Amino acid sequence: MPYAIELRDISKRFGAVQANKDICLQVPAGTIHGIIGENGAGKSTLMSIIYGFYEADTGHIEVDGKRVDIRSSQDAINAGIGMVHQHFMLVENFSVLENVILGAEGGAVLKNGIGAARVELQRLAHEYSLDIDVDAIVEELPVGLQQRVEILKALYRGARILILDEPTGVLTPQEADHLFRILKALKDQGVTVLLITHKLREIMASTDNVSVMRQGEMVAHRETANTSKEDLAELMVGKKVRLTVDKDDAQPSEVLLSAQNLSQFDGQGVKRLKNVSLELRAGEILGIAGVSGNGQSELLNVLSGITPMDEGEIHFAGQVITAKAPKDAAQMRDLKMAHVPEDRHKMGLVTGFEAYEAAVLGYHNSPVYNGKILMNRKAMLDECNERMAAWDVRPPNPHLKTANFSGGNQQKIVIAREVEQNPEVLLIGQPTRGVDIGAIENIHEQIVKLRDSGKAILLVSVELDEIMALSDRIIVMFDGAVVGELDAKDADERTLGLMMANAYNEEQEGEESAEVSA
Amino acid sequence: MFETLILMLDATMRVSTPLIFAALAGLYSERAGIVDIGLEGKILGSAFAAAAAASVFGSAWIGLCFGIMASVGLAMIHGFACITHRGDHIVSGVAINTIVAGLTVTLSMHWFGMGGQTPALVGDARFLDITFPFADAIASVPVIGPIYSNLLSGHNILVYLAFAMVPVTYWVIYKTRFGLRLRAVGENPHAVDTAGISVSFIRYRALIICGILCGLAGAYLSTAHNAGFLKDMSAGKGYMALAALIFGKWRPVPVLLACLLFGFLDAVAVRMQGVVIPGIGEVPVQAIEVLPYVLTVLLLAGFIGKAVGPKAIGRPYVKERA
Repeated sequence: MPYAIELRDISKRFGAVQANKDICLQVPAGTIHGIIGENGAGKSTLMSIIYGFYEADTGHIEVDGKRVDIRSSQDAINAGIGMVHQHFMLVENFSVLENVILGAEGGAVLKNGIGAARVELQRLAHEYSLDIDVDAIVEELPVGLQQRVEILKALYRGARILILDEPTGVLTPQEADHLFRILKALKDQGVTVLLITHKLREIMASTDNVSVMRQGEMVAHRETANTSKEDLAELMVGKKVRLTVDKDDAQPSEVLLSAQNLSQFDGQGVKRLKNVSLELRAGEILGIAGVSGNGQSELLNVLSGITPMDEGEIHFAGQVITAKAPKDAAQMRDLKMAHVPEDRHKMGLVTGFEAYEAAVLGYHNSPVYNGKILMNRKAMLDECNERMAAWDVRPPNPHLKTANFSGGNQQKIVIAREVEQNPEVLLIGQPTRGVDIGAIENIHEQIVKLRDSGKAILLVSVELDEIMALSDRIIVMFDGAVVGELDAKDADERTLGLMMANAYNEEQEGEESAEVSA
Repeated sequence: MFETLILMLDATMRVSTPLIFAALAGLYSERAGIVDIGLEGKILGSAFAAAAAASVFGSAWIGLCFGIMASVGLAMIHGFACITHRGDHIVSGVAINTIVAGLTVTLSMHWFGMGGQTPALVGDARFLDITFPFADAIASVPVIGPIYSNLLSGHNILVYLAFAMVPVTYWVIYKTRFGLRLRAVGENPHAVDTAGISVSFIRYRALIICGILCGLAGAYLSTAHNAGFLKDMSAGKGYMALAALIFGKWRPVPVLLACLLFGFLDAVAVRMQGVVIPGIGEVPVQAIEVLPYVLTVLLLAGFIGKAVGPKAIGRPYVKERA
């Protein structure tokens, strides 16, 4: 039986970067095939070649055993290939129906095709349990449903091979579960699914086969049933990885930062931060757990001085900071508080800057980087080179624009910038979001090292694994308020999960009353 | 009073016509994601080409063809700069305006030697007013008579064409495949590209339509509204059309209404010249002429509703390196 899709010796080069090298891949029809690899391993490039966004330099593609020339997305669509992009390719102010028919309108006048499209969409929605209101405006739909529109778009064009590029990055766990149920349904209908991800759990839970990419090459093919997370992780990074962090017990000493009753209102007068109090001690990592959007970002912004608080006070470095006597981010930095923002693209880096320029942002007035009138480029470059070597930033080229580094390497540039200033307190938000496994390990080690040198670290992360692996003490936030605090030793996923949903106390009471009645 | 109103509305129609053509031209362009500050230059270029050709060939229709060709040519230069070479839309548009302002005068002095004007057009070299059947007969009927024979009848063909273009544009933009793709390309060109459609081709086609409509606006100015080309005769109409486009939030019918409002204000300004209003005194004409721009600024500042343009406007389309 021919394969649904087969790649033969695909190579692609961008300038000096060999993005794909002699890639061979065979995907049996009606299976879910995972492709896993670190960020920058060449997965997305390979999928873009299959979908006709790029042309391969060498090699060819076979669909159902027949060689096809894919020079444009139109060719790919004609060959029965559909793609759900990581960043949705939707026109946000169009209806679901308009988005689905775009490019397959069925005639020069919309009226002719639109009725048929409506009927066909209902059928597809029913067949694959992809229920959706076809007249809804896309931007008003939650992300999970927007993704469903993308899937429907592909199916409407008759796709028999569906590529999903990092589909769960933007989804809630419930939405992700639903997506995997949909993929199973598609598979049962004979659709072949190619799932691109760097999340091992998804691969193990949903695929039939898995292929591993590393540095532009396909390094292994496995049957999912005959492999393990550890095996795949090792193949991805090419060396043994620890999925836990090695660290000694914390030796917390004096309080470096304390906050009392911090509150903040947003532009609409809604209280986003509700009477948050916390203490941060030297030599400990305090983890802030919570579902994204429950006040963690506001807390980071207030502590770092980016936005002033409306109520409460912060004691730090002998200063009392209040709403009436605020300090801005630069002043906080001068007091030796460093901040790695949650969103490195929006707040951590100027993506159009070269690495050595981005590496001094916020410290650019320091005499170290300045001559009498002009900036001291040589000092900046030398330091950047040193840091790149120390932090294993790849490629180690200080002149490369930060936008052209992979997520993990961008993050290393930001963290190195803040940590190398030797701060007393480090605020760090989502340190490993969009970062590959090899870099995660490196970043975690550095954070622990900083703690061991007697600094205080406040870690905000939505990844529970990360919070549990790194923190010495954990605070849980819900709806802008602190709803629980516990020692990391007592934390497990279930407890934290219940706290994050603000259901912990109810559950406790429930159990107690159950005991009584028993 | 009623007669004055009819006269002013009549003037409004005449003044609004080039605004409607130009604003619809801008609508096609901007809905496809191309900022077109060069409307002004295209109108002026077309006005000159139309008047020059009309005077040479003695035909307003041949003049119109030349006007359209000149305007489409300028639109293609804009497209070449903005679409093919991903240049800055504003810079290209301003460059076109500047070049045309100088070039029209220079060429006309060289060809006609009349101090930057073209010869006065007479007879078939101009678009003449059309009188509707029975217009004279019912002119004396109260109310309906003046409306029919003075307001509706008695305009040249381009005026009627301008108003007809509004429902046509509505239909094209909202009811056809081309319109769907055009709107999509102005909102999210990546969605169009991944659907297997060429972004550049759609944008070029939008600019061709934009050029044709600006050509009509220019030809109207020099071969219908006036009888020949005058230096800088577009007199900011392209910019005012752009203001109307924003004021109408990039939608055909509101854009028409905005053009009519601006045209009406223009008619009022002419009417108010030298008129002394009791208690206020003489209102400077400029105070009324500035209103369209003031209204547009207020709109953009968010005081009257909200104007949200096409999302991808002004941004060159580049395939990302994934």
